[in-house]
Amino acid sequence: MRLSYPPNIKIIQVPCTGKVDVIYLLKAFQNGADGVYVAGCMEGDCHYLTGNLRARKRVEYTKKILDEIGIGGERVEMFNMSAAQGTRFVEIAKEMTERIKALGPNPIKKSKSSLKNSDVEGQP
Amino acid sequence: MTSDGRLEKVLERGEFAVTSECGPPRGADPEVIRKKGELIKNSVDAINVTDNQTSVVRMSSFSSCLILKQLGVDPVMQMVTRDRNRIAIQSDILGAAALGINNILCLSGDHQKFGDHSTAKNVYDLDSMHLIQTVKRMRDEGKFLGGDEIKGVPKLFIGAAANPFADPFEFRVIRLAKKVAAGAQFIQTQCIFNLDRFKKWMDQVRDRGLHEKVHILGGVTPLKSLGMANYMKKMVPGMDVPDELIARIKGVDKEKRAEEGIKICVETIQQLREIEGVHGVHIMAIEWEEMVPRIAEEAGLLPRPKVE
Amino acid sequence: MIIGEGKPIKEVLSMIEPYSKIILAGCRGCVTVCSVGGEKEVGILASAITMAREKEGKPIEIKEVTLERQCDPEYLEQIRGIVDEYEAILSIACGAGVQFMAEKYRKTPVYPGINTKFIGVTEEQGVWSERCQSCGDCKLHLTGGICPITRCAKSLLNGPCGGSSRGKCEVNPEIDCGWQLIYDTLKEQGRLDKLEVIIPINDWTTSRDGGPRKIIREDLKL
Repeated sequence: MRLSYPPNIKIIQVPCTGKVDVIYLLKAFQNGADGVYVAGCMEGDCHYLTGNLRARKRVEYTKKILDEIGIGGERVEMFNMSAAQGTRFVEIAKEMTERIKALGPNPIKKSKSSLKNSDVEGQP
Repeated sequence: MTSDGRLEKVLERGEFAVTSECGPPRGADPEVIRKKGELIKNSVDAINVTDNQTSVVRMSSFSSCLILKQLGVDPVMQMVTRDRNRIAIQSDILGAAALGINNILCLSGDHQKFGDHSTAKNVYDLDSMHLIQTVKRMRDEGKFLGGDEIKGVPKLFIGAAANPFADPFEFRVIRLAKKVAAGAQFIQTQCIFNLDRFKKWMDQVRDRGLHEKVHILGGVTPLKSLGMANYMKKMVPGMDVPDELIARIKGVDKEKRAEEGIKICVETIQQLREIEGVHGVHIMAIEWEEMVPRIAEEAGLLPRPKVE
Repeated sequence: MIIGEGKPIKEVLSMIEPYSKIILAGCRGCVTVCSVGGEKEVGILASAITMAREKEGKPIEIKEVTLERQCDPEYLEQIRGIVDEYEAILSIACGAGVQFMAEKYRKTPVYPGINTKFIGVTEEQGVWSERCQSCGDCKLHLTGGICPITRCAKSLLNGPCGGSSRGKCEVNPEIDCGWQLIYDTLKEQGRLDKLEVIIPINDWTTSRDGGPRKIIREDLKL
């Protein structure tokens, strides 16, 4: 459709959002992402029937963990759209970008940069 | 006679017995029990004292019974197995008998979740069935549960509870039969609002011949208000308050509802007297003990018979 | 199997607050089956702790390890070679595993990352419920295969109590009355006569009340 969306979005393709596990979402933040969102098909239209429903539950679970550790559950989100909805894709990209801009950078980046001689990178 | 108490004498004589209950105070003031006892002692044959009912800490049943005894009342000590193990239970049985408390009502007890100390450990070393067996063994065999001889065998009239309104309905009478086999001599039922269900239960009781083996006292409670009736209907497990009763109370003006509650209670007692196998009534006027003499009067239960 | 539940992350963080190098040990036994202490959960907890500590400006190095079981000495040996390099062990095995870990590595503080809850079963994915209290003297043959000690809130042996209503327990309307279940099962099997007999007073010496328990099988000892 040749629509443009914010350049700060890195897309990771999966065959179904049901493949997305909690650890991937957490690792994204651990490696410095300011926000993560999962874009799945409309509920009821999942080719694998319940993949996107499982993804939603895992996103909710991840929100709780992020709240508990002070990163903030608002930084992760689940959205549903059909593959044909190019404009909605852009809409959501913009919405999430605005949300994360308002929240500011991932708090662990602030702490990391304030550490001298830190040799701590992502953990195995 | 298995005790020296008035209650057993009245029942053994074939008279319709009347018992009631006192809730002890949430404090150490003996006057509270004394006042309640004085209010109702001439209207009844015996007075129960509840044992940390609904798991809310109150003055112990044991001590409250002693206070009532000093007033000349025949107290019924309620004992739950929720808070004591068999060691403490047997010890309290000896103590009660030593102080002349003649009657014991054996219960499992409301779960501590209902009360103000829900984080407590519960005991339930024995259940109510076992408690009945324990009292009977101590009294009739003169032995502790562990097997040793008791020097100074306790005399106690053994009671148990029955709830014709809990589920499963068909099993309730079987459970009653077990309690009788275990040694229960008198039964006080949960408060009766659904007379039809109670009558059906009594049919089953008579079918098994239990009415000849145990004295059943039907429980009654006067409803003070519509709120109370609804609360008991919805919030108290094992309670059956029929819709017709709620409607009856609702159909009366608010200021007249307490009166209607008394009326219903008196009518229930009168109906209970007609049921074969019911040997008495247990009036539970929760926080309304002052109504007991009036209820007894209007139900034709006064004066209480003379007992030597 | 043994079912556990994760401790709140805040509680775990306060336990490991003084350390900067820990082992996070999972277990492939029961806690994997109930999704609270397996390899996956080790990864998730490690990531959460790492981020929380980075945010505080107190980074932590976490060695993620998932042992076959933490209740057998041979498997605990697997970390012998690395344990001295770390300041503490955070174990998300059950209470037995955590303790065995602590016994084996006495010089290293061992912390529990989960709350061990009960012996139970999987009702469906994501739902586990309690079935056994290990009273040590199984009575299931008397009650149609349903445990009165575990499934009755009052552990009555001659229930139900007067609070059983519409098949539910007075303690929680979402919990089935254990004795209703027993009654229904025996009725279905035409064995209600079992309930006409009083189940006698229990001997609690075989349960926790008798003190910590131990079994020795001479025929199996080497």
